Amino acid sequence: MTVLLGFLVLFAKLAVVLGVLLFLAAYLVWVERRFLGRLQVRLGPNRVGLFGLLQPLADAIKLITKEDTVPAEADRFIFLLAPAVVAVTALLMFAVVPFGPDITLGGHAIPMVISDINIGLLFVFALSSLGIYGVALGGWASNSKFSLLGGIRGAAQMISYELALGLSLVPIVMLARSFSLVDIVNAQSRIPFIVAQPVSFVIFLLSAMAESKRIPFDLPEAENELGAGFHTEYSGMRFGLFFIGEYVHMQVLGALIAVFFLGGWHGPFLPPAVWLLIKIILVALVMIWVRGTLPRLRYDQLMALGWKVLVPAALVNILVTGVLLV
Amino acid sequence: MPSAIEAIEALATGFATTFKHLFRRPITEPYPEYKRPLPERSRARIVLTRDPDGQERCVACYLCSAVCPVSCISMQSVEREDGRRYAAWFRINFARCIYCGLCEEACPTAAIQLTPDFEHCERDILKMVAEKDDLLVDHCGKDTAYNFYKYAGVSTDVGDKGTHVKEDKPVNVKSNMP
Repeated sequence: MTVLLGFLVLFAKLAVVLGVLLFLAAYLVWVERRFLGRLQVRLGPNRVGLFGLLQPLADAIKLITKEDTVPAEADRFIFLLAPAVVAVTALLMFAVVPFGPDITLGGHAIPMVISDINIGLLFVFALSSLGIYGVALGGWASNSKFSLLGGIRGAAQMISYELALGLSLVPIVMLARSFSLVDIVNAQSRIPFIVAQPVSFVIFLLSAMAESKRIPFDLPEAENELGAGFHTEYSGMRFGLFFIGEYVHMQVLGALIAVFFLGGWHGPFLPPAVWLLIKIILVALVMIWVRGTLPRLRYDQLMALGWKVLVPAALVNILVTGVLLV
Repeated sequence: MPSAIEAIEALATGFATTFKHLFRRPITEPYPEYKRPLPERSRARIVLTRDPDGQERCVACYLCSAVCPVSCISMQSVEREDGRRYAAWFRINFARCIYCGLCEEACPTAAIQLTPDFEHCERDILKMVAEKDDLLVDHCGKDTAYNFYKYAGVSTDVGDKGTHVKEDKPVNVKSNMP
Protein backbone atom coordinates (compact mmCIF):
# COMPACT_ATOMS: atom_id res chain seq x y z
CA MET A 1 0.00 0.00 0.00
CA THR A 2 2.75 2.44 0.96
CA VAL A 3 4.74 1.51 -2.13
CA LEU A 4 1.69 2.10 -4.31
CA LEU A 5 1.06 5.44 -2.65
CA GLY A 6 4.71 6.36 -3.13
CA PHE A 7 4.44 5.65 -6.84
CA LEU A 8 1.25 7.69 -7.01
CA VAL A 9 2.93 10.67 -5.36
CA LEU A 10 5.96 10.28 -7.62
CA PHE A 11 3.80 10.24 -10.75
CA ALA A 12 1.86 13.25 -9.51
CA LYS A 13 5.12 15.12 -8.99
CA LEU A 14 6.39 14.03 -12.40
CA ALA A 15 3.20 15.16 -14.07
CA VAL A 16 3.24 18.55 -12.38
CA VAL A 17 6.92 19.19 -13.07
CA LEU A 18 6.67 18.06 -16.69
CA GLY A 19 3.55 20.14 -17.24
CA VAL A 20 5.04 23.24 -15.67
CA LEU A 21 8.31 22.81 -17.55
CA LEU A 22 6.70 22.40 -20.96
CA PHE A 23 4.15 25.13 -20.34
CA LEU A 24 6.89 27.46 -19.21
CA ALA A 25 9.05 26.50 -22.20
CA ALA A 26 6.23 27.50 -24.53
CA TYR A 27 5.63 30.77 -22.74
CA LEU A 28 9.32 31.49 -22.37
CA VAL A 29 9.38 31.63 -26.16
CA TRP A 30 6.58 34.17 -26.03
CA VAL A 31 8.31 36.14 -23.26
CA GLU A 32 11.56 36.07 -25.19
CA ARG A 33 9.97 37.33 -28.38
CA ARG A 34 8.02 40.10 -26.64
CA PHE A 35 10.84 41.16 -24.34
CA LEU A 36 13.44 41.05 -27.09
CA GLY A 37 11.07 43.07 -29.23
CA ARG A 38 10.82 45.76 -26.60
CA LEU A 39 14.61 45.76 -26.16
CA GLN A 40 14.85 46.44 -29.88
CA VAL A 41 12.12 49.11 -29.78
CA ARG A 42 9.54 46.99 -31.57
CA LEU A 43 6.36 45.27 -30.41
CA GLY A 44 6.92 41.54 -30.86
CA PRO A 45 4.11 39.10 -31.60
CA ASN A 46 0.80 40.62 -30.46
CA ARG A 47 -1.78 39.26 -32.90
CA VAL A 48 -2.85 35.84 -31.67
CA GLY A 49 -5.02 36.37 -28.62
CA LEU A 50 -4.61 39.11 -26.03
CA PHE A 51 -1.02 40.46 -26.17
CA GLY A 52 -0.23 37.52 -28.46
CA LEU A 53 -0.65 35.14 -25.55
CA LEU A 54 -1.94 32.35 -27.79
CA GLN A 55 1.12 32.59 -30.04
CA PRO A 56 2.80 29.47 -28.54
CA LEU A 57 -0.39 27.52 -29.30
CA ALA A 58 -0.43 28.76 -32.88
CA ASP A 59 3.25 27.90 -33.23
CA ALA A 60 2.64 24.41 -31.87
CA ILE A 61 -0.20 23.82 -34.33
CA LYS A 62 1.97 25.04 -37.16
CA LEU A 63 4.92 22.87 -36.16
CA ILE A 64 2.81 19.74 -35.74
CA THR A 65 1.02 20.13 -39.06
CA LYS A 66 4.23 20.72 -41.02
CA GLU A 67 5.75 17.96 -43.08
CA ASP A 68 8.43 15.97 -41.26
CA THR A 69 11.21 15.77 -43.82
CA VAL A 70 14.37 13.69 -43.73
CA PRO A 71 17.09 14.69 -46.19
CA ALA A 72 18.27 12.17 -48.77
CA GLU A 73 21.42 10.31 -47.69
CA ALA A 74 20.85 11.31 -44.07
CA ASP A 75 21.52 8.74 -41.39
CA ARG A 76 17.84 8.17 -40.78
CA PHE A 77 17.87 6.58 -37.34
CA ILE A 78 20.26 9.05 -35.73
CA PHE A 79 18.64 11.95 -37.54
CA LEU A 80 15.26 11.07 -36.08
CA LEU A 81 16.68 10.35 -32.62
CA ALA A 82 18.82 13.48 -32.14
CA PRO A 83 16.06 16.02 -31.30
CA ALA A 84 14.66 13.66 -28.68
CA VAL A 85 18.10 13.38 -27.05
CA VAL A 86 18.31 17.15 -26.71
CA ALA A 87 14.80 17.51 -25.29
CA VAL A 88 14.97 14.48 -22.98
CA THR A 89 18.34 15.32 -21.41
CA ALA A 90 17.15 18.86 -20.77
CA LEU A 91 13.97 17.58 -19.12
CA LEU A 92 15.78 14.91 -17.09
CA MET A 93 18.11 17.47 -15.56
CA PHE A 94 15.20 18.93 -13.67
CA ALA A 95 14.73 15.67 -11.77
CA VAL A 96 17.27 16.63 -9.10
CA VAL A 97 16.21 20.25 -8.64
CA PRO A 98 14.43 20.72 -5.30
CA PHE A 99 11.44 23.05 -5.41
CA GLY A 100 10.55 23.23 -1.74
CA PRO A 101 11.08 21.77 1.74
CA ASP A 102 9.58 18.38 2.59
CA ILE A 103 5.88 18.49 3.22
CA THR A 104 4.03 16.05 5.46
CA LEU A 105 0.94 14.40 4.04
CA GLY A 106 -0.91 11.81 6.11
CA GLY A 107 2.08 11.12 8.32
CA HIS A 108 4.53 10.65 5.43
CA ALA A 109 7.20 13.19 4.61
CA ILE A 110 7.09 13.92 0.90
CA PRO A 111 10.29 15.44 -0.47
CA MET A 112 9.62 18.28 -2.89
CA VAL A 113 12.09 16.98 -5.42
CA ILE A 114 11.61 14.21 -7.92
CA SER A 115 14.77 12.41 -6.93
CA ASP A 116 17.26 13.44 -4.26
CA ILE A 117 20.33 11.53 -5.44
CA ASN A 118 23.43 12.15 -3.38
CA ILE A 119 25.48 12.92 -6.50
CA GLY A 120 22.85 15.24 -7.99
CA LEU A 121 25.40 17.72 -9.19
CA LEU A 122 27.32 15.07 -11.12
CA PHE A 123 24.04 13.82 -12.57
CA VAL A 124 23.39 17.31 -13.92
CA PHE A 125 26.83 17.48 -15.50
CA ALA A 126 26.48 14.04 -17.00
CA LEU A 127 23.17 14.94 -18.61
CA SER A 128 24.31 18.30 -19.90
CA SER A 129 27.27 16.55 -21.53
CA LEU A 130 24.93 13.94 -23.00
CA GLY A 131 22.73 16.66 -24.42
CA ILE A 132 25.52 17.69 -26.72
CA TYR A 133 25.26 14.30 -28.41
CA GLY A 134 21.91 15.41 -29.74
CA VAL A 135 23.48 18.48 -31.26
CA ALA A 136 26.62 16.82 -32.62
CA LEU A 137 24.90 13.71 -33.95
CA GLY A 138 21.96 15.67 -35.33
CA GLY A 139 24.40 17.88 -37.21
CA TRP A 140 26.37 14.92 -38.45
CA ALA A 141 23.37 12.80 -39.45
CA SER A 142 21.80 15.59 -41.50
CA ASN A 143 24.36 15.07 -44.27
CA SER A 144 24.67 18.81 -44.81
CA LYS A 145 27.87 20.79 -44.50
CA PHE A 146 26.26 23.56 -42.50
CA SER A 147 24.74 21.13 -40.04
CA LEU A 148 28.00 19.25 -39.71
CA LEU A 149 29.89 22.47 -38.99
CA GLY A 150 27.26 23.43 -36.46
CA GLY A 151 27.50 20.04 -34.77
CA ILE A 152 31.30 20.19 -34.63
CA ARG A 153 31.18 23.68 -33.21
CA GLY A 154 28.67 22.52 -30.65
CA ALA A 155 30.92 19.68 -29.54
CA ALA A 156 34.03 21.86 -29.35
CA GLN A 157 32.17 24.56 -27.48
CA MET A 158 30.80 22.10 -24.95
CA ILE A 159 34.24 20.65 -24.24
CA SER A 160 35.70 24.04 -23.45
CA TYR A 161 32.76 25.12 -21.32
CA GLU A 162 31.95 21.92 -19.49
CA LEU A 163 35.29 22.22 -17.72
CA ALA A 164 34.74 25.76 -16.48
CA LEU A 165 31.16 24.86 -15.60
CA GLY A 166 32.29 21.95 -13.45
CA LEU A 167 35.21 23.76 -11.84
CA SER A 168 33.11 26.79 -10.97
CA LEU A 169 30.89 24.59 -8.81
CA VAL A 170 33.69 22.93 -6.85
CA PRO A 171 33.77 25.81 -4.29
CA ILE A 172 30.00 25.43 -3.88
CA VAL A 173 30.43 21.76 -3.11
CA MET A 174 33.24 22.65 -0.69
CA LEU A 175 30.99 25.10 1.11
CA ALA A 176 27.92 22.87 1.18
CA ARG A 177 29.93 19.69 1.80
CA SER A 178 27.57 17.72 -0.40
CA PHE A 179 26.87 16.88 -4.03
CA SER A 180 23.13 16.69 -3.39
CA LEU A 181 21.17 19.67 -4.67
CA VAL A 182 18.83 19.42 -1.71
CA ASP A 183 21.73 19.78 0.73
CA ILE A 184 23.20 22.63 -1.31
CA VAL A 185 19.90 24.53 -1.07
CA ASN A 186 19.62 23.78 2.64
CA ALA A 187 23.16 25.11 3.18
CA GLN A 188 21.98 28.46 1.84
CA SER A 189 19.14 28.90 4.29
CA ARG A 190 20.86 31.95 5.76
CA ILE A 191 22.78 33.61 2.95
CA PRO A 192 22.83 32.58 -0.71
CA PHE A 193 26.17 31.45 -2.11
CA ILE A 194 26.31 34.36 -4.57
CA VAL A 195 27.52 36.50 -1.66
CA ALA A 196 30.28 34.06 -0.73
CA GLN A 197 31.21 33.08 -4.30
CA PRO A 198 30.67 35.97 -6.74
CA VAL A 199 33.51 34.76 -9.01
CA SER A 200 32.01 31.29 -9.20
CA PHE A 201 28.67 32.87 -10.04
CA VAL A 202 30.05 34.85 -12.98
CA ILE A 203 31.96 31.84 -14.35
CA PHE A 204 28.92 29.59 -13.98
CA LEU A 205 26.61 32.15 -15.61
CA LEU A 206 28.92 32.55 -18.62
CA SER A 207 29.43 28.81 -19.00
CA ALA A 208 25.73 28.18 -18.53
CA MET A 209 24.90 30.58 -21.34
CA ALA A 210 27.44 28.85 -23.56
CA GLU A 211 25.94 25.54 -22.49
CA SER A 212 22.45 26.57 -23.55
CA LYS A 213 23.80 27.75 -26.95
CA ARG A 214 22.40 31.23 -26.64
CA ILE A 215 23.71 34.51 -27.97
CA PRO A 216 26.54 35.52 -27.53
CA PHE A 217 27.61 31.86 -27.58
CA ASP A 218 25.23 30.54 -30.24
CA LEU A 219 27.98 29.45 -32.62
CA PRO A 220 26.49 25.98 -33.30
CA GLU A 221 23.40 27.60 -34.79
CA ALA A 222 24.90 30.87 -36.06
CA GLU A 223 22.16 31.78 -38.49
CA ASN A 224 24.08 34.17 -40.68
CA GLU A 225 27.05 31.92 -41.37
CA LEU A 226 25.64 28.40 -40.94
CA GLY A 227 21.95 28.98 -41.57
CA ALA A 228 20.72 27.58 -38.23
CA GLY A 229 23.66 25.17 -37.95
CA PHE A 230 22.89 21.75 -36.52
CA HIS A 231 19.12 22.02 -37.07
CA THR A 232 19.21 23.39 -40.62
CA GLU A 233 17.69 20.22 -42.04
CA TYR A 234 15.04 19.68 -39.40
CA SER A 235 11.42 20.58 -40.00
CA GLY A 236 8.15 20.47 -38.16
CA MET A 237 7.96 19.10 -34.64
CA ARG A 238 11.51 17.70 -34.74
CA PHE A 239 12.74 21.24 -35.06
CA GLY A 240 10.20 22.02 -32.35
CA LEU A 241 11.85 19.44 -30.09
CA PHE A 242 15.22 21.15 -30.50
CA PHE A 243 13.47 24.37 -29.66
CA ILE A 244 11.74 22.93 -26.60
CA GLY A 245 15.06 21.44 -25.55
CA GLU A 246 16.70 24.84 -25.77
CA TYR A 247 14.05 26.56 -23.71
CA VAL A 248 13.82 23.78 -21.13
CA HIS A 249 17.59 24.04 -20.94
CA MET A 250 17.22 27.74 -20.26
CA GLN A 251 14.84 26.97 -17.39
CA VAL A 252 17.05 24.23 -16.01
CA LEU A 253 20.04 26.54 -16.05
CA GLY A 254 17.93 29.20 -14.38
CA ALA A 255 16.94 26.63 -11.78
CA LEU A 256 20.57 25.53 -11.31
CA ILE A 257 21.74 29.11 -10.90
CA ALA A 258 18.96 29.58 -8.37
CA VAL A 259 19.91 26.37 -6.56
CA PHE A 260 23.66 26.93 -6.51
CA PHE A 261 23.86 30.68 -6.00
CA LEU A 262 20.52 32.34 -5.26
CA GLY A 263 19.37 30.14 -2.41
CA GLY A 264 17.05 27.84 -4.35
CA TRP A 265 13.52 27.94 -2.98
CA HIS A 266 14.49 30.03 0.05
CA GLY A 267 12.75 33.38 0.27
CA PRO A 268 10.41 35.33 2.49
CA PHE A 269 6.58 35.46 2.41
CA LEU A 270 5.88 33.52 -0.81
CA PRO A 271 5.64 29.72 -1.07
CA PRO A 272 9.00 28.03 -1.87
CA ALA A 273 7.99 26.80 -5.35
CA VAL A 274 6.96 30.33 -6.30
CA TRP A 275 10.32 31.66 -5.18
CA LEU A 276 12.12 29.12 -7.33
CA LEU A 277 9.90 30.04 -10.28
CA ILE A 278 10.60 33.75 -9.77
CA LYS A 279 14.33 33.10 -9.71
CA ILE A 280 14.17 30.94 -12.83
CA ILE A 281 12.23 33.61 -14.70
CA LEU A 282 14.60 36.31 -13.47
CA VAL A 283 17.60 34.40 -14.80
CA ALA A 284 15.77 33.81 -18.09
CA LEU A 285 15.01 37.52 -18.41
CA VAL A 286 18.67 38.37 -17.82
CA MET A 287 19.61 35.84 -20.51
CA ILE A 288 17.20 37.51 -22.93
CA TRP A 289 18.61 40.89 -22.03
CA VAL A 290 22.08 39.57 -22.81
CA ARG A 291 20.78 38.28 -26.13
CA GLY A 292 19.34 41.69 -26.90
CA THR A 293 22.63 43.41 -26.17
CA LEU A 294 25.66 41.39 -27.19
CA PRO A 295 26.77 40.27 -30.65
CA ARG A 296 27.91 36.72 -31.30
CA LEU A 297 31.52 36.00 -30.35
CA ARG A 298 33.95 34.83 -32.97
CA TYR A 299 34.95 31.18 -32.70
CA ASP A 300 38.51 31.83 -31.50
CA GLN A 301 37.32 34.48 -29.03
CA LEU A 302 34.94 31.94 -27.56
CA MET A 303 37.67 29.33 -27.21
CA ALA A 304 40.08 31.89 -25.73
CA LEU A 305 37.48 33.00 -23.21
CA GLY A 306 36.80 29.43 -22.18
CA TRP A 307 40.33 28.08 -21.90
CA LYS A 308 42.37 31.18 -21.08
CA VAL A 309 40.05 33.08 -18.78
CA LEU A 310 37.29 30.96 -17.27
CA VAL A 311 39.21 27.76 -16.52
CA PRO A 312 42.20 29.50 -14.83
CA ALA A 313 39.87 31.82 -12.94
CA ALA A 314 37.85 28.84 -11.73
CA LEU A 315 41.04 27.03 -10.62
CA VAL A 316 42.31 30.05 -8.70
CA ASN A 317 38.88 30.43 -7.16
CA ILE A 318 38.99 26.82 -5.92
CA LEU A 319 42.43 27.38 -4.40
CA VAL A 320 41.41 30.58 -2.64
CA THR A 321 38.23 29.01 -1.31
CA GLY A 322 40.19 26.02 -0.08
CA VAL A 323 42.72 28.18 1.74
CA LEU A 324 39.97 30.30 3.32
CA LEU A 325 38.03 27.24 4.43
CA VAL A 326 41.06 25.70 6.07
CA MET B 1 44.43 45.64 -17.25
CA PRO B 2 43.21 48.92 -18.83
CA SER B 3 41.77 46.87 -21.68
CA ALA B 4 39.76 44.82 -19.22
CA ILE B 5 38.32 47.98 -17.68
CA GLU B 6 37.50 49.27 -21.15
CA ALA B 7 35.77 46.02 -21.98
CA ILE B 8 33.68 46.17 -18.83
CA GLU B 9 32.82 49.80 -19.56
CA ALA B 10 31.77 48.90 -23.07
CA LEU B 11 29.62 46.05 -21.80
CA ALA B 12 27.97 48.31 -19.24
CA THR B 13 27.15 50.94 -21.88
CA GLY B 14 25.67 48.28 -24.12
CA PHE B 15 23.47 46.86 -21.39
CA ALA B 16 22.41 50.34 -20.29
CA THR B 17 21.42 51.22 -23.85
CA THR B 18 19.25 48.17 -24.35
CA PHE B 19 17.73 48.68 -20.89
CA LYS B 20 16.80 52.25 -21.78
CA HIS B 21 15.16 50.97 -24.94
CA LEU B 22 12.75 49.00 -22.76
CA PHE B 23 11.06 52.22 -21.78
CA ARG B 24 10.95 53.76 -25.22
CA ARG B 25 7.81 53.63 -27.30
CA PRO B 26 8.13 50.90 -29.93
CA ILE B 27 8.50 52.38 -33.36
CA THR B 28 6.32 49.64 -34.88
CA GLU B 29 3.29 50.86 -36.80
CA PRO B 30 0.66 48.13 -36.35
CA TYR B 31 -0.66 47.87 -39.89
CA PRO B 32 -4.41 47.42 -40.10
CA GLU B 33 -4.98 49.78 -37.15
CA TYR B 34 -2.61 52.43 -38.38
CA LYS B 35 -2.22 53.02 -42.08
CA ARG B 36 0.76 55.06 -43.01
CA PRO B 37 -0.22 57.85 -45.43
CA LEU B 38 1.13 56.85 -48.82
CA PRO B 39 2.88 59.19 -51.22
CA GLU B 40 0.50 60.47 -53.86
CA ARG B 41 2.45 58.86 -56.65
CA SER B 42 3.04 55.47 -55.06
CA ARG B 43 2.16 52.72 -57.52
CA ALA B 44 -0.41 50.05 -56.86
CA ARG B 45 -3.77 49.00 -58.32
CA ILE B 46 -4.24 49.95 -61.98
CA VAL B 47 -7.34 51.80 -63.21
CA LEU B 48 -8.66 52.88 -66.62
CA THR B 49 -9.63 56.56 -66.50
CA ARG B 50 -12.10 58.56 -68.59
CA ASP B 51 -11.58 61.84 -70.37
CA PRO B 52 -13.25 65.06 -69.11
CA ASP B 53 -16.34 64.35 -71.24
CA GLY B 54 -16.84 61.01 -69.52
CA GLN B 55 -15.80 58.87 -72.47
CA GLU B 56 -13.33 56.02 -72.17
CA ARG B 57 -9.80 57.21 -72.77
CA CYS B 58 -8.36 53.83 -73.75
CA VAL B 59 -7.99 53.46 -77.50
CA ALA B 60 -6.80 49.85 -77.27
CA CYS B 61 -3.45 50.53 -78.93
CA TYR B 62 -1.79 47.53 -77.18
CA LEU B 63 1.20 49.64 -76.12
CA CYS B 64 0.71 48.86 -72.44
CA SER B 65 0.32 45.19 -73.15
CA ALA B 66 3.46 45.28 -75.31
CA VAL B 67 5.60 47.07 -72.75
CA CYS B 68 4.41 45.02 -69.79
CA PRO B 69 7.46 43.03 -68.59
CA VAL B 70 5.31 40.25 -67.12
CA SER B 71 2.64 40.22 -69.85
CA CYS B 72 -0.24 40.72 -67.49
CA ILE B 73 -2.33 43.02 -69.73
CA SER B 74 -4.44 41.76 -72.59
CA MET B 75 -7.27 43.31 -74.63
CA GLN B 76 -9.19 43.24 -77.91
CA SER B 77 -9.34 46.41 -79.95
CA VAL B 78 -12.45 47.43 -81.94
CA GLU B 79 -13.60 50.61 -83.69
CA ARG B 80 -16.83 52.45 -83.03
CA GLU B 81 -18.94 53.81 -85.89
CA ASP B 82 -17.99 57.40 -85.06
CA GLY B 83 -14.30 56.60 -85.49
CA ARG B 84 -13.33 56.17 -81.83
CA ARG B 85 -11.39 53.05 -81.00
CA TYR B 86 -11.89 51.21 -77.74
CA ALA B 87 -11.19 47.87 -76.06
CA ALA B 88 -13.93 45.30 -76.46
CA TRP B 89 -12.50 43.61 -73.41
CA PHE B 90 -9.56 44.59 -71.26
CA ARG B 91 -7.99 42.29 -68.72
CA ILE B 92 -5.22 42.79 -66.14
CA ASN B 93 -3.94 39.83 -64.15
CA PHE B 94 -3.02 41.46 -60.85
CA ALA B 95 -1.64 38.17 -59.61
CA ARG B 96 1.13 38.66 -62.11
CA CYS B 97 1.43 42.46 -62.15
CA ILE B 98 4.62 43.85 -60.62
CA TYR B 99 3.32 47.43 -60.40
CA CYS B 100 6.29 48.78 -62.35
CA GLY B 101 4.27 51.57 -63.95
CA LEU B 102 5.63 51.00 -67.46
CA CYS B 103 2.08 50.70 -68.85
CA GLU B 104 1.25 54.13 -67.50
CA GLU B 105 4.38 55.57 -69.10
CA ALA B 106 3.64 53.91 -72.43
CA CYS B 107 0.00 55.00 -72.59
CA PRO B 108 -0.49 57.72 -75.25
CA THR B 109 -3.92 58.69 -73.96
CA ALA B 110 -3.28 58.75 -70.18
CA ALA B 111 -5.96 56.08 -69.89
CA ILE B 112 -4.15 53.49 -67.83
CA GLN B 113 -2.96 54.82 -64.48
CA LEU B 114 -1.63 53.40 -61.24
CA THR B 115 -3.26 54.39 -57.94
CA PRO B 116 -1.91 54.14 -54.38
CA ASP B 117 -4.60 51.59 -53.45
CA PHE B 118 -2.62 48.44 -52.68
CA GLU B 119 -5.00 46.45 -50.48
CA HIS B 120 -6.52 43.99 -52.89
CA CYS B 121 -5.18 40.57 -51.96
CA GLU B 122 -7.37 37.50 -52.40
CA ARG B 123 -7.24 33.89 -51.23
CA ASP B 124 -8.30 32.65 -54.65
CA ILE B 125 -5.74 33.69 -57.21
CA LEU B 126 -8.28 33.78 -60.05
CA LYS B 127 -10.10 36.58 -58.24
CA MET B 128 -7.04 38.73 -58.85
CA VAL B 129 -7.85 38.87 -62.57
CA ALA B 130 -9.57 42.20 -63.22
CA GLU B 131 -11.88 42.76 -66.20
CA LYS B 132 -12.65 46.07 -67.87
CA ASP B 133 -15.67 46.68 -65.60
CA ASP B 134 -13.45 46.35 -62.52
CA LEU B 135 -10.83 48.67 -63.96
CA LEU B 136 -12.91 51.53 -65.37
CA VAL B 137 -13.35 54.51 -63.06
CA ASP B 138 -15.50 57.60 -63.32
CA HIS B 139 -12.80 60.23 -63.16
CA CYS B 140 -9.79 61.55 -65.05
CA GLY B 141 -7.13 60.39 -62.64
CA LYS B 142 -3.92 62.41 -62.53
CA ASP B 143 -4.50 64.41 -65.75
CA THR B 144 -7.83 66.21 -65.40
CA ALA B 145 -7.85 68.02 -68.74
CA TYR B 146 -6.39 65.72 -71.35
CA ASN B 147 -8.63 64.43 -74.11
CA PHE B 148 -6.74 62.40 -76.69
CA TYR B 149 -9.19 62.93 -79.56
CA LYS B 150 -8.80 66.73 -79.28
CA TYR B 151 -5.19 66.29 -80.46
CA ALA B 152 -5.39 63.21 -82.64
CA GLY B 153 -5.64 63.85 -86.38
CA VAL B 154 -8.56 61.53 -86.99
CA SER B 155 -12.17 62.41 -87.48
CA THR B 156 -14.41 61.29 -84.65
CA ASP B 157 -17.37 62.69 -82.76
CA VAL B 158 -14.94 65.13 -81.11
CA GLY B 159 -14.03 66.83 -84.38
CA ASP B 160 -13.21 66.44 -88.03
CA LYS B 161 -9.78 66.73 -89.60
CA GLY B 162 -8.44 70.25 -89.25
CA THR B 163 -10.46 71.09 -86.16
CA HIS B 164 -8.07 69.67 -83.56
CA VAL B 165 -5.73 71.61 -81.31
CA LYS B 166 -2.65 72.96 -83.15
CA GLU B 167 -3.80 71.36 -86.40
CA ASP B 168 -3.84 73.10 -89.79
CA LYS B 169 -6.74 72.75 -92.20
CA PRO B 170 -6.27 69.82 -94.54
CA VAL B 171 -4.79 70.89 -97.84
CA ASN B 172 -5.88 69.83 -101.29
CA VAL B 173 -2.76 68.11 -102.54
CA LYS B 174 -3.79 68.63 -106.15
CA SER B 175 -3.95 72.44 -105.80
CA ASN B 176 -0.79 72.66 -103.73
CA MET B 177 1.58 72.94 -106.68
CA PRO B 178 4.64 75.17 -106.26
